[in-house]
Amino acid sequence: MRQILTPIVLLLLGAVLWQAVPFTAPADISEIGRRFVEFGVADNRAANIVTSVIVNYRGLDTLGEVSVLFLSVTGAIFVLRRREGLILATPTPSSELVATGARLLFGPILLFGAYIFAHGHLTPGGGFQGGAIVASSVLLLLLADRDRAMAHNALGWIESMSGFLYVVVGMVGIAIAGSFLSNKGILPLGLWNDLFSAGLIPVIYVLVGLKVGSELATLIDAMMHSGEKEGTQA
Amino acid sequence: MIFVDVLVCAAMIATAIAAVFQRSLISAVIMVGFISLMVSYLFVRMDAPDVAMTEAAIAAGLTTVIFLIAIRRTEDTESGDKE
Repeated sequence: MRQILTPIVLLLLGAVLWQAVPFTAPADISEIGRRFVEFGVADNRAANIVTSVIVNYRGLDTLGEVSVLFLSVTGAIFVLRRREGLILATPTPSSELVATGARLLFGPILLFGAYIFAHGHLTPGGGFQGGAIVASSVLLLLLADRDRAMAHNALGWIESMSGFLYVVVGMVGIAIAGSFLSNKGILPLGLWNDLFSAGLIPVIYVLVGLKVGSELATLIDAMMHSGEKEGTQA
Repeated sequence: MIFVDVLVCAAMIATAIAAVFQRSLISAVIMVGFISLMVSYLFVRMDAPDVAMTEAAIAAGLTTVIFLIAIRRTEDTESGDKE
C-alpha cells in the first residue's frame, strides 16, 4: 500500500511546487540586497560579502540559528540518554584499513575545519561549514575506535563558553557602537583581504565554528554510545 | 556545461525515485547522500560556494552518517508493509 501511495504523494507535491515556484531569475536584486552588495566591503572590510551579511547585518539571525541547533542537539541527546540498556544490534569492530585511515585523516581534517572557520571572512565557508568539518573529523576518530572516551566536560565547556562569548561580543557592540553585534569602532577593520581584518567578524565566526563543532561532535558521540551505561566500555 | 547540468539533474531525479523504491534502508540513505552531493555541485554552478559547502558538509556528510549510525543500531529492512 505504502509503495503505491508514496510515489503518488510525491508526484502531487512535485506538481504543486512546479506551479508555485517561479523558475525564472528575478529581474533585479532587492533594495536591501543592493545595499549589502554596494556597502558590504566598505562597512566591514570582509572579502566574502556573504559572511558580511551572515555575521554582521544578519548577526542576530545567526545567533537564533545557533540557538536552534543547540536546542535540537539538546533534545536529541535527552532522548538518546534515556534508552539505557536497549542495544538492538551489537556493532562489529572496524577493520584495520578503516581504523588506520581514520587515524591518519583525523588531524588534517580537523585542521581543515579550523582553517575554514578562521578564513570565513576571506574565502567561502565559515562557522557552520567549518564546525561540521571539525565534527566529521571527530566522527572518523570514533569510527576508528568506538570505545574512545570523549572529554564530555571539555566539549560542554567549549560549547557553552563560545555561545556565551557570542552574546558578550554582541553586548560590547551595544555599549560602544549602540547596536547589538555592531562592527563599528570595536576592533580595527584592517586591510581588505588580510587574515586579521573585518573587525569582529572572524572572532564571531571562530566562536560559531567552535560551538557548532562541539555540539555536532557531542551528538555523534551520543548516537554511537546510546543505550550503553555511563562509564562502561561496551 | 549545460549538458553536464542536465545530466546531473536527470541523475538526481532517477536516484530519488530509486531511493523511494529501495528495500534496504542503507542503500536508500546512500542514494539521498548522493543527491545532496549533486545539489552541492549545482550550487557551485550557480555561484553560491558558501551554500555548496554547507550542503556537502552537512547534508551529504554528517546527515548521511547520522542516518547510517541510527540504522546500524536498529534494523536494516523496512517493516510495517505486511498486509
